[in-house]
Amino acid sequence: MMNSLKKIFEKDTWDEIFESISKNRTRTIITTIGVFWGIFIYIALAGSATGLENGFDKAFSGLSKNSMGVWVQSTSIPYKGFEEGRRFPFRLSDVDYLRDRVPEIEYISPGLQAGAFSGSPPLVVRGTKSDNFNLFGNFPTQAKISVIKIYDGGRFINDEDIKYERKVAVIGEGTQERLFNQGEDPIGKYIIINDVNFKVVGVEKFAEGFGGFGSDSDITIPYTTFAKMYNRGDRFGWMFISGYDYVNPKYLEETVVDNLKVLKTVAPEDDRAFGTFNIGSLFESIVKFSSGMIFLSLVVGIATIFAGVIGIGNIMLIAVKERTNELGIRRALGAKPLEVKIQIVLEAVFLTIIAGIIGIIVGALLLFIINIGTANLEEFPFTNPTVPLAVVFGAFITMITLGTLIGLIPAERAVSIKPIEALREE
Amino acid sequence: MIEINKLHKSYYMGSSSLHVLKGIDFNVEDGELVAIMGSSGSGKSTLLNILGMLDNADDGTYDLDKIRIENLDEKTAAEYRNKFLGFVFQSFNLITYKNALENVALPLYYQGIPRKERQKTALSFLEKVGLKDWATHLPSELSGGQKQRVAIARALASNPKVLLADEPTGALDSNTSIEVMALIQKINNEGKTILVVTHEHDIAKMCKRIVHLRDGVIVEDKKIKQNIIKNV
Repeated sequence: MMNSLKKIFEKDTWDEIFESISKNRTRTIITTIGVFWGIFIYIALAGSATGLENGFDKAFSGLSKNSMGVWVQSTSIPYKGFEEGRRFPFRLSDVDYLRDRVPEIEYISPGLQAGAFSGSPPLVVRGTKSDNFNLFGNFPTQAKISVIKIYDGGRFINDEDIKYERKVAVIGEGTQERLFNQGEDPIGKYIIINDVNFKVVGVEKFAEGFGGFGSDSDITIPYTTFAKMYNRGDRFGWMFISGYDYVNPKYLEETVVDNLKVLKTVAPEDDRAFGTFNIGSLFESIVKFSSGMIFLSLVVGIATIFAGVIGIGNIMLIAVKERTNELGIRRALGAKPLEVKIQIVLEAVFLTIIAGIIGIIVGALLLFIINIGTANLEEFPFTNPTVPLAVVFGAFITMITLGTLIGLIPAERAVSIKPIEALREE
Repeated sequence: MIEINKLHKSYYMGSSSLHVLKGIDFNVEDGELVAIMGSSGSGKSTLLNILGMLDNADDGTYDLDKIRIENLDEKTAAEYRNKFLGFVFQSFNLITYKNALENVALPLYYQGIPRKERQKTALSFLEKVGLKDWATHLPSELSGGQKQRVAIARALASNPKVLLADEPTGALDSNTSIEVMALIQKINNEGKTILVVTHEHDIAKMCKRIVHLRDGVIVEDKKIKQNIIKNV
């Protein structure tokens, strides 16, 4: 037994196997196609799923993943003496109120705007150029919730700007294009918003904005400056809120709205008083979609590998039948049953491994080509389609295990025929 | 070399049984060249298969070079076949995808002899049967006579005690048959014990002793004057 098992590691055994495989080329090729295809599909699918996930990750990289927006609409249910259809503003004190009651909140950033969804965009002039742009009043915290990328040499609104109500502005890429000449550095230059001079301190790189109302042609000024210019006092219309990493976005949204209902005396069952936008829920569903894809690729991949290995077993079974005579000769010449078995199983395993390696290489090649092909497609969320080494390794182990198990069937069959009967077979 | 006592063998097919060997007593001395004759169904192939440990007897004893052959499992049978016996078949039974040299070396592979040595030994046996120059040819590139000579070389390669030839000339024309028999005589003259199963009288007469089987019993067992083949 031990002596026979030792044969697995002997060069002679492998020479014999290699000879049998290489000299029966058609059989070998047909046998391996199944497993090759299985592992190829698996690698391609798993890689694509990862690529898609990475793509979504990249598309949403500008946003805190459990953040939300909330704004006032109007009440739809009369409550405690108030009529329905009531409108009210948020006040800056509401921010502290929420902070006190919802400890899950990491950042709150109240916002003001003229243009976009309410108010009219102000006229902005620079030299001979002028246009209307959406104007936002923001706190520096905004940059913590929605990752804001400022081009080199510039900055976002800072605490000093808020404190001293400075007349500084961060402009979008589109804004720069429309107000400045090509190649001109806008930093430190002045633009006139509503007849007031603002100094440009930064140019914002456009990222898909929160709720989709941002554009590349916005202008952001300090919240306090905006409030003074438009005489808003402590009133504002919407705020961005982000929770700590551990916070469930759905829970955050519900808790914030519930607290605001109490604060603003809104009926608990009034779902229309506040509008919300929850990037976390959206992101969660995308994550679910991606993991679903990965899971699907795993199931499909394993199933195809399985089918491929069964295919190998099938063809080996036919091959054993075809080789009955040869195996009979070998046994007449002194091949022990275990030696015959080992040879058949090793042939199956060897073919499985070779087919697997080719499948992995071709699959990786396909992913490589897809990656290059989609590299410049901004619209298509597909980045860096990789398959973790552990997954490849796992697939490999699965293949070898299945290959061995499936090889046992024809091996068993090969020795179940008596040599005398095997020899009679022509 | 071979001692057989009261050997019985039956084949069972469903409810009916076929008593093929009905008590065979049979001895072969060292260096004999025995022809086993009989019409089909006489039991000659069954006898050879039992001698070749490819089949088991139901009853009786079989000693090969004073070793009792009984209750062999497949593994031991394989070992004994490899060590003690060389087979030559009617249909040559060469492995089609192996060249002549590799075919001859195969029994040595199963003895665990290193490749280099294996090939050297195999080549010397190919030389013995006059096919040294054909060592790298596949069976499909050889004539029938050449194939059988390769098979004989293979049977000799493991230096067995007994050579068992089952209708070695059955698939060959008469000229080639004589060539092959000449080779068998030559090997026998070098001291090898050989049993040849045949139904051809010409072939049987080239042996030193003829054993006639009919309906599972030996009806005649006589030493003959060997028809020695010269100048092939």
